Amino acid sequence: MGLSIEDVSVVYPAADRRPPVDALSRINLTIDDEEFVVALGASGCGKSTLLNLIAGFLSPTSGRLVLDGQAVTGPGADRAVVFQKHALLPWLNVLDNVAFGLQVQGIGKSERHKIANQYLGMLGLDGFQGAPVYTLSGGMQQRVGIARALTCDPRLLLMDEPLGALDALTREKAQELILNIWNDTHKSVFFITHSVEEALFMGTKLVVMSPRPGRVTHVFDLPFSRQFLDGAPARRVKASREFIEIREEVLEIIFADEEAAA
Amino acid sequence: MTERSPASRRKAPGVLARIARARPTKPGEIYGVPGQGNTLWLSVLSIAVLLFVWWLVTAMGWVKPLFVPAPMDIVTKFISVWQTGFTGTPFLEHVAISTSRVFGAFLLACVIGLPLGLAMGMSPVMRGLFDPPIEFYRPIPPLAYLPLMIIWFGIGETSKILLIFLSVFAPIVLGARSGVKSAAIEQIHAAYSFGATRWQVMRFVILPSAMPEILTAMRIGIGFGWTTLVAAEMVAATKGLGYMVLSASQFLQTPVVIMGIIVIAFIAFAFDLLIRFVERRVVPWKGRM
Repeated sequence: MGLSIEDVSVVYPAADRRPPVDALSRINLTIDDEEFVVALGASGCGKSTLLNLIAGFLSPTSGRLVLDGQAVTGPGADRAVVFQKHALLPWLNVLDNVAFGLQVQGIGKSERHKIANQYLGMLGLDGFQGAPVYTLSGGMQQRVGIARALTCDPRLLLMDEPLGALDALTREKAQELILNIWNDTHKSVFFITHSVEEALFMGTKLVVMSPRPGRVTHVFDLPFSRQFLDGAPARRVKASREFIEIREEVLEIIFADEEAAA
Repeated sequence: MTERSPASRRKAPGVLARIARARPTKPGEIYGVPGQGNTLWLSVLSIAVLLFVWWLVTAMGWVKPLFVPAPMDIVTKFISVWQTGFTGTPFLEHVAISTSRVFGAFLLACVIGLPLGLAMGMSPVMRGLFDPPIEFYRPIPPLAYLPLMIIWFGIGETSKILLIFLSVFAPIVLGARSGVKSAAIEQIHAAYSFGATRWQVMRFVILPSAMPEILTAMRIGIGFGWTTLVAAEMVAATKGLGYMVLSASQFLQTPVVIMGIIVIAFIAFAFDLLIRFVERRVVPWKGRM
């Protein structure tokens, strides 16, 4: 089971004297159970369009998406999204932000607070329950966003450049945190990033995309997140010869795309 | 340690040098956004200078008291009106009547205007239907349609409150309407991805995120309400601050006119402070995320 994307295309119609845009062209991709799929590519390659399709915010122009045998027709609690930023609700404190998904589903206050507290603990946010979210640092806000996404126990976690706004050090810590959570919760993950190193380190499968029209050009199977979870230090994984070789290969593909576009 | 050599004493900067020396600053304080800094003392100074010029002009007899009475005359008049009332009505009753007219109209405008504005923000049908009439009457000065109010609704309380209501209504509708656009698409998507219904998205995301603009609209609206008060009380009123100012002007009682203006300004300002206080309590996150 898992998610399968079958021959999906998205065309944004012409507007404002702009020709129609082939945002995605004939995408075929599967996200199997417990897989960590990372999408990487030059800007305009349709990564975010693909995530919006999986989340159900967008319908494909042709083709279809199937999750556990059911066609995806709209957003649903089985697919939770972690956004880059601006997605927390500043009028709620940390606890109520995390419990927001459960509140929407009509779960009672004490029950949803209990569940939210559990995930706050998992993300190292104990003690911040009553804090207003706008007083937290970017890294902590992002952890609140991840906790909120986990509370509804989704099948699939969709992450749209969740670490893009963080500083380099916080970012590496957050990468490790997300891998550990993924390992503990056995979710499938679809993760978008601009960072080649992040993509290689985190994914079990790397999907390299290319713009105009947005399409998948390369797929790599990756061993590095497993190595980290089996006990290898993150920096050593990222400095290994194997890692660097794939990194250069992927960089070459992306630079070639950028040059073709320029 | 205790004894200083003459040389080091000479090096210590003098008082003038210490004053002229630049203070350490935070980044952005000098080469920052223009217009930062505390203005309290300058505001106090500005008021003091105005009062002084006013006092000077009257004390030197440059202007006749009929045109500009002395500041102390206003205070004396205020005390006498406070004690004996104006045209047979106690001062506080004038205040109460005007305040209840403005607040009555304001509450009515909120009760009707906020839901209507939110509906206009969220539904193209509502926007299409209600945009033309509101945009048509909004720029018209209340004095222009005052005669119509009188012809249609008589000279009683209805036309007075309706006139104030109309001036408060438009800014409140427009504020609520544009507040609907405040929510980030990510916040809305987050709610939908948890399986929220359209109604839940409005209730839990759109409405709270519109609160800052709604409160600003209420502030602007109540300001318009006070502006329109005097016009409203031109219509056969026998009580109220606007009436007090108008009838005093007919009898050339300039101190009462000025006193009434100051009282209206003071009440309006006090209410503005109250809304600002509410704003800090209700939307402390405004502009911070």
